[in-house]
Amino acid sequence: MSLPHPLLRALAGAAALALLATPALAKEWTKVVIATEGAYAPYNLHAPDGKLIGFEIDLANDLCARVKLTCEFVAQDWDGIIPGLNAGKYDAIMDGMSITAKRLEVINFSRAYTRSPTTFAVEKTSPLAHMPDTGKRVSLDDKAATEAAIKELTPALKGKIIGVQIATIQADLLNTYFKGVVEIRTYKTTEEHDLDLAAGRVDAALASTSYFVSTLSKPGGDKLVLAGPLFTGGLLGQGTGVGLRKSDPELKELFDRAISEAIADGTIRTLSLKWFKTDISPPPSS
Amino acid sequence: MDLGGYFTLIGFGPAGWGDQLLAAALMTLAVSASAFFASLAFGLVGAAAKLAPSALLRGLAEAYTTIFRGVPDLLVIYLFYFGGSQALSALGHLFGHAGFLGLNAFMVGTLAVGLVAGAYQTEVIRGAYFAIPPGEIEAARAVGMGRLLMLRRITGPRALRFALPGMGNVWQQVLKESALISVTGLAEILREIHIGAGSTHLPFDFYVTGFFLYLALTTLSGFLFRGAEAWTMRAERRPA
Amino acid sequence: MDLAFLIATMERLLAGVPLTLELSALSISTGAAIAVLFAVLRTSSRVGEWLVRAYVYMLRGTPLLLQIFLIYYGLAQFAAVRESLLWPFLREPFWCALLALTLNTAAYGSEIVRGGLQSVAQGAIDAGRAAGMSRLLLYRRIVLPLALRQALPAYGNEMIAMVKSTSLASIVTLMELSGIAYAVISETYRAFETFLCAGSIYLAINFLIARGIAWAEHRLNPHLRPAA
Repeated sequence: MSLPHPLLRALAGAAALALLATPALAKEWTKVVIATEGAYAPYNLHAPDGKLIGFEIDLANDLCARVKLTCEFVAQDWDGIIPGLNAGKYDAIMDGMSITAKRLEVINFSRAYTRSPTTFAVEKTSPLAHMPDTGKRVSLDDKAATEAAIKELTPALKGKIIGVQIATIQADLLNTYFKGVVEIRTYKTTEEHDLDLAAGRVDAALASTSYFVSTLSKPGGDKLVLAGPLFTGGLLGQGTGVGLRKSDPELKELFDRAISEAIADGTIRTLSLKWFKTDISPPPSS
Repeated sequence: MDLGGYFTLIGFGPAGWGDQLLAAALMTLAVSASAFFASLAFGLVGAAAKLAPSALLRGLAEAYTTIFRGVPDLLVIYLFYFGGSQALSALGHLFGHAGFLGLNAFMVGTLAVGLVAGAYQTEVIRGAYFAIPPGEIEAARAVGMGRLLMLRRITGPRALRFALPGMGNVWQQVLKESALISVTGLAEILREIHIGAGSTHLPFDFYVTGFFLYLALTTLSGFLFRGAEAWTMRAERRPA
Repeated sequence: MDLAFLIATMERLLAGVPLTLELSALSISTGAAIAVLFAVLRTSSRVGEWLVRAYVYMLRGTPLLLQIFLIYYGLAQFAAVRESLLWPFLREPFWCALLALTLNTAAYGSEIVRGGLQSVAQGAIDAGRAAGMSRLLLYRRIVLPLALRQALPAYGNEMIAMVKSTSLASIVTLMELSGIAYAVISETYRAFETFLCAGSIYLAINFLIARGIAWAEHRLNPHLRPAA
């Protein structure tokens, strides 16, 4: 559908130029623009000089080298990250984003490059530090185990205030299993709920254990401790993957290949130990 | 608050956020200026529409000023931030352009704040127009000035003199509203301050810094606008 | 335009209106009281004048959002604050937002009231003094009523501005109207429809305020009404 009048087309062209249009990229991938938050340490964060650094930046550079791509990072807030991908603002998302059925409805994912469970962070002096099932792995795919864990946790969590980042798998977990039991406070970034946890405004924060590595290492982090079960599976998804458009199967293939290689030769394990002090790489078979 | 540590934090060394904050301050000025000029454009169109003989134009202008002075700026920013790219791409497809038409954070800020400030500018410009003594317009017509010449020599300069205080207020408004653009991710002052606060867990240090940065900008703006007002009034006779 | 979505969104949004109204009403009324105090304090002594001018300068010269962040996140950095008597209040986002909104409107309001006070005709004040009124009686019966009547239109604008400003409370986790709108948009990405719904609710509230102010002006200005 195009307008015949030449003046209107010229105006549209000028408008497009003025608004930084990017042409559709060809199927032959040479360059990839990757979006990340820069507020989700150690996956991605802003260095004092403003540069984006972190586990995912290092990993992306490695992956892109493997498949002969140049990759460039842009910072993008979490709340607009998926629409930005589908609108074409960038070509991939690497922001600790978990592969979930809900997200697979709108975007595609590469294979997982990390796996880590979700748990609570609380103050050491809080009664919640002695939450039942602390450290116990609970898979949300196992209905019986999940129900048992919820039953045990409900009395401890009743009436407490829990902080989560908006539109995350952790927010989904609370809304699905603990609605009406806890007061849910949603924040734009995970760093914000950390600030409120340190201030004592929320009784606990719910996020990925790999994320909490950075929280516990910041000033005041020594007053915090992880508590409660290690939730995995179910609505929490199958690990973090690179978010991609459904219309880019060739890009998915490139990333899948690169990630498999990186897992096989231990690169992800090395990077993981560097940034998370623990190995959160997925098993090669998954 | 450790004073020595504070100055290292906001300083220009490798561990200091100083150069970021400076760049952010420049970005605040840039997006504010951009939004202000956009508001001038919207304001001129709006004022012209309000003074037009056509009832439809007056009605549209009235709707514009009512809506954008009655709805919170944050909602307008969300509209452009979440909806902008989709709307534009759809519009682009209409004109035969495939692919992505982007509204980056700077444009979102400019348009959203510009539209809201433009609603206020409409009233400022309209008020200034009515403040011009009718005798001057009549004199210009009597001398035989054409519409365009009259606009350039009489109406324009006189209206500017009356509009300047109001525009100064709108500028201050825009400068402070630029802080809301931080929700789009634009690297202006409040955004950098917020990132620093979250990154270091020293929110007070950063927010106080931001406080003084904004205060410096609004103070400087105040001086400049008062100077400009005094200049436009240079021909007025002062009481002896 | 999906009517079902609009209706469902409206239902969700209306749940946030009580909180919006609470924040607006409390901040406007408390802020107005403080504004009158400031305006009087300003004329009372050199120190008073300097204090009020500094306060107004700082609060009008910086963004409200920054002030909210400073109170909400900034103050909580200090253990002294967290262990103080004020902590049960400062811990809650509602009180932090209310405090920031009130302090902010007090600054703008004090300038409006000051304008009103200045507009009181010197003749009226002289007449009151000649009649032997004490300073307090003079303020109560002559100056303040005249000043507040003069300030009403400008204060109406300030009230509307405050209703809009409550939207910033959503950024510190409060689920008032804008907070719910943000949640809806984050889930559905339907920005235009949500803006339509939330915007109309704000417009309705502000329309009512404007009407209310116009009515109050009409009541308080019997001498300006057309002859019967």
